Amino acid sequence: MIDWSPLLITFKLAFVTTCILLIISIPISYWLAYSKWKIKPVVEALVSMPLVLPPTVIGFYMLVAFSPSNSFGSWLEEWLGLKLVFSFEGLVLGSVIYSLPFMVQPIQAGFANLSPDLKRASYVMGKSRFTTLIRVLLPNIKTSLLTGIILAFAHTIGEFGVVLMIGGNISGKTKVASIAIYDAVESLNYDAANTYSMILFGLTFMILLAVYLLNGGYLKKIGRND
Amino acid sequence: MAVTSKKSAEMIEIDVQKELRSASGNMQLDIQLSVEQGDLLTLYGKSGAGKTSLLMIIAGLMHPEKGKIRVGDEVWLDTTKGINKRPQDRDVGLVFQDYALFPNMTVRENLKYALGRNQSKSIVDELIEIVDLSELSDRRPNTLSGGQKQRVALARALVNAPDILLLDEPLSALDQEMRTKLQHYILEAHEKFGLTTLLISHDVTEIIKMSDYVVQMDQGVVLRKEPPATIFTNERLNAKFQFTGEVMKMSSQDFIVIVTVLVGRELVKVVANDQEAQGLQVGDRVLIASKAFNPVIHKIG
Repeated sequence: MIDWSPLLITFKLAFVTTCILLIISIPISYWLAYSKWKIKPVVEALVSMPLVLPPTVIGFYMLVAFSPSNSFGSWLEEWLGLKLVFSFEGLVLGSVIYSLPFMVQPIQAGFANLSPDLKRASYVMGKSRFTTLIRVLLPNIKTSLLTGIILAFAHTIGEFGVVLMIGGNISGKTKVASIAIYDAVESLNYDAANTYSMILFGLTFMILLAVYLLNGGYLKKIGRND
Repeated sequence: MAVTSKKSAEMIEIDVQKELRSASGNMQLDIQLSVEQGDLLTLYGKSGAGKTSLLMIIAGLMHPEKGKIRVGDEVWLDTTKGINKRPQDRDVGLVFQDYALFPNMTVRENLKYALGRNQSKSIVDELIEIVDLSELSDRRPNTLSGGQKQRVALARALVNAPDILLLDEPLSALDQEMRTKLQHYILEAHEKFGLTTLLISHDVTEIIKMSDYVVQMDQGVVLRKEPPATIFTNERLNAKFQFTGEVMKMSSQDFIVIVTVLVGRELVKVVANDQEAQGLQVGDRVLIASKAFNPVIHKIG
């Protein structure tokens, strides 16, 4: 019998990460889509860095930054009781940074593709920016939101470098499925590695299939035929 | 059309300057315009003359570098005093060229969304009635035709009971029949709600039919503001009266031939004598030009 905890941790991590990302990505994407500030390209570049940077680089710097042996890490631990190295909270933070572009980019594109007149029309009707965002803009970029959610979720499941660096490899706490597979292979336990891999393979395929079905409008067509 | 219900000496005074950037280079928008409340004005001029920008500035969606906008006793914009009312606080209704209906809401929801906090919902039903949309009120905008969308956009712009109605080329995308219908809706709303209406149009017939005044714009400035008859009759006298078209129909009556010619989208009837009509047939390209006050007709090529 395999140890299910790596899979549970993986999905718990993906779920928590996706929720946090959704909340922080909406304002970031909104700003990136509409702002005319000159520093915008800098922010865009920073948000997209995890796309090209080896995950181990992010993991390494987070490890250095949050280590209790330096002042920032010890301050966090003393004042906020937050231990970010080798803990689940640390994994979440690492994953949020690492999966940020996968959530921000679809939502930003969604905003940018909406006619600017929708927003203007709402303002002229006396509606605030917040009301406009909640009632006009977001409902009209549902597909983009969904794409972002699914990509961020799937990408978090596939993490390895960041979680290994910042999470260590603590069984039942920070050992996620991708690391468990690596461990199993190292100890020549191919059966366990195969089980984990099959489960991940099947789930990620289903998730991505869902994205393409939704974006292609296939589900709507099926719904209409009912 | 005369000034109606809201008879008031209140004026809308506009004096704004803004640098506009476009693909064809920069242009200085410099507008001085005063509008009497209750009038229907048409902004007329080449594309790129700054007409849409002027509407956006009045609505508060575009911010001029310098200027003042005063509506009656209210100051909407005064850059010297740092006053610039948000679009939310300006009493305007705006109909966009692309309609800007919210795709996630039905026709009725689109109108309801526009309601102010303490506004009675009865205005929504009333407006749906006025623009004949009762049967379509539960449909989503993407299932409507252009003319229907335009009616929803017009009704939605009126929900807030604005003082000023701004229409950015509301009719340009519609066919002739739908145009005539919508002109009627706009005029009806204009009179019924005592609006001051600013409309962008390129269609001379439409302008003559609808507006009290025409504001002719070019290169970001107002050339003149005159009743439509003055502007267009003068233009005709100065320009050479000549059009090209295609012969659609020829019918002989006694000594003359009546030739029906399609000029642009309009059918024009021209009287031709036997001599002129000789050799003409349906489908020919022709030139209609005026000799003194009497149009004559020539075959081209």
